[in-house]
Amino acid sequence: MNDDKKMQESSESINMTDPATTGATSESGTPKMTARNVNVFYGDKQAINDVSIDVNMDSVTAFIGPSGCGKSTFLRCMNRMNDTIPIARITGDIRLEGDDIYAPQMDVVQLRARVGMVFQKPNPFPKSIYDNIAYGPRIHGLATGKEELDHIVESSLQRAGLWSEVKDRLQDSGTALSGGQQQRLCIARAIAVDPEVILMDEPCSALDPIATAKIEELIHELRGQYAIVIVTHNMQQAARVSQKTAFFHLGTLVEYGETTDIFTNPREEKTRDYITGRYG
Amino acid sequence: MVNSGTEHTVKAFDSDINQLRGMVAEIGGRSEQAIDKAMRALENSDLELAAEVVREDKLIDDLEKRIDELTFQTIALRAPMADDLRELIATFKISGVVERIGDYAKNIAKRVPLVTRNRRLTPVSLLPSMSKIASELVRDSLDAFARRDAELAMEVNRRDQIVDDFYNSIFRAVITHMIENPKDIGEAAHLLFIAKNLERIGDHATNVAEMVYFAATGEPMPERTRGEDPTDPVDVDDTLSDDAD
Repeated sequence: MNDDKKMQESSESINMTDPATTGATSESGTPKMTARNVNVFYGDKQAINDVSIDVNMDSVTAFIGPSGCGKSTFLRCMNRMNDTIPIARITGDIRLEGDDIYAPQMDVVQLRARVGMVFQKPNPFPKSIYDNIAYGPRIHGLATGKEELDHIVESSLQRAGLWSEVKDRLQDSGTALSGGQQQRLCIARAIAVDPEVILMDEPCSALDPIATAKIEELIHELRGQYAIVIVTHNMQQAARVSQKTAFFHLGTLVEYGETTDIFTNPREEKTRDYITGRYG
Repeated sequence: MVNSGTEHTVKAFDSDINQLRGMVAEIGGRSEQAIDKAMRALENSDLELAAEVVREDKLIDDLEKRIDELTFQTIALRAPMADDLRELIATFKISGVVERIGDYAKNIAKRVPLVTRNRRLTPVSLLPSMSKIASELVRDSLDAFARRDAELAMEVNRRDQIVDDFYNSIFRAVITHMIENPKDIGEAAHLLFIAKNLERIGDHATNVAEMVYFAATGEPMPERTRGEDPTDPVDVDDTLSDDAD
């Protein structure tokens, strides 16, 4: 990593994806997460090519792009989910509140509590609704007693908009809920450990339009409390839920800007072709 | 230009857009023709031709409705983005503006029977040149739309000044004529309205041009600096004639 950091400093001024030239930095406040010159390799194959981007608290950031463009790969770098893939190799610099998340002293379990993740397919534990939420706070020692744990469970379910639907059956299995409820349960589970960032990898692609709308409303409500990054194939969804949109293509960040600009007047032809349905 | 003409993956979307482009070209062509026919009717005191312009305005009105319906449908069903969205919004607005241009031509045609007696009115001689330019602006603004040509749109916007200048000259001449020949006031007033209609046609062509510019570039057209020569004799009619918007 150290060599890459030096390289990054020397190349920053000419780097095409430098935030100064792509508008990656936010006008308001310091970014929650910063990525600089990130490259990802799966074996010999390069999946991400020199991506630099900032993620802010005050806006939901959407990653869009065709299948295989690297958006999910990049998302998974942000809480080191790619560590689980033996052939994956990452260079560059990713920081959470200034902390290098790939530094040797970084506790990955702790990192993933600070940077939570919600997946495409709802994946509740085969445990009760209560235990799904309580699991994280228990292993991270966030609650001192039953009362405090109850409180965390309730407030997490409240914030995920699920409390009124499940409060009378907290001991039922999480897997017995509907798909949309399961996904909100997973979001509540992520919230329970009080994260700073929530990464969502196509969180609605397995849900019907009503469950999708509930998740989108939830994202809207959670904005500002957490930095939210969402990968989505649904461009209408990106347009609806995000304030910033990043378009990825063949492993590079083609364009990053205000969502309204990306969808009404994209600067790059590749972005335009993709969002207008000319890609192909 | 932004629109490189690459086809959409969904071919039906292209077919909707192409159909709309064809309809915009048609409504533009019909409006331009209406102006020319109305002015020919005026020059030749051809009441039959004037009546034809009034009748044919119905076709323009119908076309506007069909364009609006199809645009509305296309936006609802295809959820267009970026330049597609801008083009459809522009189409929606252009159809309304061009329909108004047709109305002005119809209004000119309706006045033909009222100004056939007096050929001594000097301003009459300026009207054909004025209408030629106004009609060119309409044609060029719609050509600019068909070609996504922001430059041509800018040029239409600049050339509208010529139409405005014509209007100011005619206004002065008509007022002078009215003062000298009070018995012609009624007829002269109609000529003034005709000139005003042509001036409004020019303004509407610039409205079309502004939408073309937006559709093509995603940016609003830069403001036109009104090219009034400060050495021009400024007199009372500048305050009397309402400002072209």
